[in-house]
Amino acid sequence: MLRMDVIKRLGSFSIEASIISEDRVTGLFGMSGAGKTSLVNMIAGLLQPDRGIISIDGDTLDDTTASIHVPSHRRRIGYVFQDARLFPQMSVRQNLDYGRRMNRLEPNADEQTRVADLLDIGQLLDRRPGHLSGGERQRIALGRALLAKPRMLLLDEPLGSLDVERKAEILPYLIRLRDETGVPMVYVSHNADELRQLAGHIVLIKRGRVIASGGTELLPS
Amino acid sequence: MMDLTPDEWTAILLSIRVAAAATLIATPIAIGVAWLLARARFPGKAAIDAIVHLPLVLPPVVTGYLLLLTFGRRGLVGAWLADNLGIVFSFRWTGAALACGVMAFPLLVRPIRLSIEAVDRRLEQAASTLGASPWRVFTTITLPLALPGVVAGMVLAFAKAIGEFGATITFVSNIPGETQTISAAIYSLIQTPNGDAAALRLVMISVAIALTALIASEILARRATQRLHGA
Repeated sequence: MLRMDVIKRLGSFSIEASIISEDRVTGLFGMSGAGKTSLVNMIAGLLQPDRGIISIDGDTLDDTTASIHVPSHRRRIGYVFQDARLFPQMSVRQNLDYGRRMNRLEPNADEQTRVADLLDIGQLLDRRPGHLSGGERQRIALGRALLAKPRMLLLDEPLGSLDVERKAEILPYLIRLRDETGVPMVYVSHNADELRQLAGHIVLIKRGRVIASGGTELLPS
Repeated sequence: MMDLTPDEWTAILLSIRVAAAATLIATPIAIGVAWLLARARFPGKAAIDAIVHLPLVLPPVVTGYLLLLTFGRRGLVGAWLADNLGIVFSFRWTGAALACGVMAFPLLVRPIRLSIEAVDRRLEQAASTLGASPWRVFTTITLPLALPGVVAGMVLAFAKAIGEFGATITFVSNIPGETQTISAAIYSLIQTPNGDAAALRLVMISVAIALTALIASEILARRATQRLHGA
């Protein structure tokens, strides 16, 4: 379960949001500039709230009154960014293995094969990120985040930089991911169709505030 | 023309040893300082930046004299190092290396700092969410991506150290076999009657070393860049 109740000032913009979600996939919906990315950055630990708490499954990640701020590298929260952010100096295989190395997990060939099959990236392993299409890069970013064994996956407009065809290419993988991995996800989008297909619990964000939360019926048609 | 006397060989090899030691020891320090200047926010950053660049704008004689005052046998740091660790700089090749390292330091820091600043911080954030501590983010992402700048800085520093004259001669004098580098040897030869031919040979050698360093840096930088965006 994700709980967050935070206040954050960013220049003239401010965020005051309270979110509680027990669903497998929580969808944050809102226009660009509504503060969605700042919210997930706070969950990831890349941004520190001015005041408030963030916890996952009862485990406190931020609590400003108790001066708790778990740094991002100790949160075990996977993050798939809009721009895949693959490491250009590493092969696809090294990118995928990065989280395992950093978390000092045992090599697990079965797990790697399973994720590679899930995302159809087995044939790309020896390539460099510079030689991949946008859709391939995003699939590898997904695999890389999953193989770090996160307790939650944040997806910030993962289809945002892709054209319509590529979006249609990736969406089935995201649905498979949701159904087969069991890792809870927070999915950020300004596209109602994507969220309808993926998310169970919807949080509507506007100008840094939560204006409604509930089922997918909240999404504009 | 290229028949070098043993004395000339000594000066050449000493120069290479001094410059290599100066570059290798200064590089890790320069990487740390460059990272601080590029990424850290702390009070006094402008002062650190200024101190790093000081050897570039001070007369080399002044830098050499300050080194003598600090690291000389009777200098504050020099006396302590000699008494406690047995490290002596004055009139030794190690002192020449220290002088060269200090003089080359700004040339080393600048390209490294620029290349660290050019590393996409979003990649560092991604590494952090994958479980990399700040130190490992630095060693696995920032430093490898900044490598072309590190190589460029090292070559520049090496070339500078090979040619360093003013600070070295002020600090550790001009002792054949110990502190007489190519530049100091050329200087001595020019002042010696009939030393012109020998001086010219050493001039040719130093031109050759400088050219080789430049070509090597070009090749290394190209390879490093290829590796980053590479095939």
